[in-house]
Amino acid sequence: MAEQPRIGVDEWVAQAEERRARTVAARLGDLLDRVPPALRLLAIALPLALYPVFVDSEYLMQVGIDTLIFVLLALGLNVAVGWVGLLDLGFVAFFGLGAYLYTALASEYAGRHWDAQFAIPLIAVVVGVTGFVLGLTSKRLLGDYLAIVTLFFLQIYLVILINSSFTRGPNGISSVLPLEFFGKQVTSLDGYFYVSLVVFVVVVAVLYLINQSRTGRAWRALREDELAAELMTMPVDRLKLMAFAFGAGVAGVAGAIFAPIQGAVFPANFDIVLLITVYAMVVLGGAGSLLGVTVGAVLINASLEALRSPEDASWLFYGVLVVTLLVMLRPWWRGPAVIAATIAFGVVAHEAAGQVRASLVGGTSFGEARIDHLVDTWVLLPENVVTPDGLPTGALGRLAYIGFIAAVLGLTLVRSSLWRTVGLVPVLYLAACVWENLLVAQPAVARFVLIGAMLVALMAFRPQGLFGKQRVEIV
Amino acid sequence: MDWDKLVQLLVNGLTLGSVYALVALGFSMVYGILKLLNLAHGDVLMVGAFIGWGILGWLGGAQDPSVAVWLLIGLMVLGAMVGCGFLGVAIERFAYRPLRRAPRIAPLISALGVSFFLQNSVLLLFGANFRSYETFDLVDVEVGIHWGPLNVWAIRIMVVVAAVAMMLGLWLLVTRTRLGKAMRATAFDREAAAMMGIDVDRVIVKTFFIGSALAGAAGVLVGLVFGQINHFMGFNYGLKGFTAAVVGGIGSIPGAMFGGLFIGLAEALSVGYIEDFTRGRLGSAFKDLVVFLILVLFMLLRPQGIFGRPEVKKV
Repeated sequence: MAEQPRIGVDEWVAQAEERRARTVAARLGDLLDRVPPALRLLAIALPLALYPVFVDSEYLMQVGIDTLIFVLLALGLNVAVGWVGLLDLGFVAFFGLGAYLYTALASEYAGRHWDAQFAIPLIAVVVGVTGFVLGLTSKRLLGDYLAIVTLFFLQIYLVILINSSFTRGPNGISSVLPLEFFGKQVTSLDGYFYVSLVVFVVVVAVLYLINQSRTGRAWRALREDELAAELMTMPVDRLKLMAFAFGAGVAGVAGAIFAPIQGAVFPANFDIVLLITVYAMVVLGGAGSLLGVTVGAVLINASLEALRSPEDASWLFYGVLVVTLLVMLRPWWRGPAVIAATIAFGVVAHEAAGQVRASLVGGTSFGEARIDHLVDTWVLLPENVVTPDGLPTGALGRLAYIGFIAAVLGLTLVRSSLWRTVGLVPVLYLAACVWENLLVAQPAVARFVLIGAMLVALMAFRPQGLFGKQRVEIV
Repeated sequence: MDWDKLVQLLVNGLTLGSVYALVALGFSMVYGILKLLNLAHGDVLMVGAFIGWGILGWLGGAQDPSVAVWLLIGLMVLGAMVGCGFLGVAIERFAYRPLRRAPRIAPLISALGVSFFLQNSVLLLFGANFRSYETFDLVDVEVGIHWGPLNVWAIRIMVVVAAVAMMLGLWLLVTRTRLGKAMRATAFDREAAAMMGIDVDRVIVKTFFIGSALAGAAGVLVGLVFGQINHFMGFNYGLKGFTAAVVGGIGSIPGAMFGGLFIGLAEALSVGYIEDFTRGRLGSAFKDLVVFLILVLFMLLRPQGIFGRPEVKKV
């Protein structure tokens, strides 16, 4: 290629490609970039289309559909958060709005049954316009204040849903009718999976085209430097509002599919917990990358499902711990060394505690899998860890939890790499103690604790997520 | 006109408003210095409420306190302030400082994570049930001022007095001391302040300590006045505190006080009168809607708030 004039590129940016070329992952990524986008989309969608053929468990089908809905949500949130860099905390309200609008158009409660090919586009437009209007309120200070206004909007939306007799309050509306395309009803889970898949493909295609368009480029320019973009005569406010409305529209579509799948809508479906989960998906996958947020949504939803049962959760916990150690620690022998040391440390600690007081190690793990029986003889488990109502009685678990957080935070302050690795050993053992004593007993809470911690850690150590491109601060 | 009701609502509004003002102060201070929305601020308040509850239980509980009541309340507030102060410092150190030079959205997402982490950690440690301070056993409802239609419980007086005292103290700190001067300089221009020999990082840490300590005190006061606390309470107080700070003018101390009282009164009055005005169509739960509309109105008409100055973009 001929030497092109490179305007506005400084040394650091000019060398960016050279730096990237050094890593295997980056070279693979470049190779992937050469595949035409339509083929890439097909390569993801086709195997997914086979999912219902090979899976016959109803539970797994449900998980698959949920995952697709989550993917849609993550894709919608990515428009505002990843491409434009706006913190939209009312996003889930638009999802809810879509679901309730579908209920208004097709339920026994409303006494109507619109065809989905009319209902879904209408909902997308209405929800998008709502997003636009909401964004208008903070037009003069579109920035941080948008976060407050949108968060408050979510709160108001929930207050209205819960307290209004029109939406039947917290009991929700449970007579939502199934999707109906051109007079044909979608009745099976497989059918809903395919509908979600088609919507996914359409949404990805539309978002991809927008991102490649003038608007998409303007969005990214805006994210990198708002002032410069404005000086280049870009209509900054309008672009932000557009992004906001667009994300809202995608959320509305997701809601319109979600309502008939669940067959009912409840205010509790659209709360802060869902919001933060979707944020975690976008951030983990890499804000700004369509493939990234899709993978992020799949990963997070799959792990959340796995964390539901204590047995799977334990496998996941120890597995992720071991893999992370092996991958992250350099040089390579440090990972196995730390694992071995931790096991040895545990055996010694368990033995010592048993000598001091037998009741300290008399308990049994909450789980039933083989790994849990192994763990019984290794982790400090006081007797009566778990009361019948599932709450830990022992103060040990709570103390260990607080101590563990303090220890992890303290460990990040240790400068020397060697001592940090040495310090890992007791911290890992403490992690296992906390896990067995406290977290396993309450998987529903534990998974959200993990999500919160993951968000903070990701932001500090890898803000670009798994697939995002690292952004360089422009001073 | 039902004067008794109006007076009672005003008293409620002032109590609630002083709590909001304390939250708004911490929020506003941090925003002034770091230009960062500390979304975890409300959850710091929640942790403070739980620290206060822990101290109460440790000293014998409300029925049978082992020390004098005034001392007990003082210890609860102090304990929560110190605990939350250090919590705030830790949050700053681990969640925000690594992101000083990151894109603006990064610390906000980190703050979301902190908020979620704190909420669920408390849920994990204490369960989802509401915990009660049982203040009625501590200070009898009859103790207080009874004068015509004015009936004020002693705890309410204490809350307002404590809040006002803390605000005055903060105002003196910011306007009269060296630290205050450094804080104002850092808020005005961080880089220039650093060049003038101010240790900006230390100023930021101290700001976080003070702001979070105020939130911790507010948490105990909430627990004392309204009795019940749970892991999700921080959301509401955080949201209203943010609104108060925006309405008063973000970055301004009198603004935060005024905004807090304004939002508190608006909320209390709408609880009392919204049913009458809408002829029973909207219940008192729609008080949040009123506050939201106030926020939106301010955004549209006076985005810099009552006491704030319009922001000028520097190129």
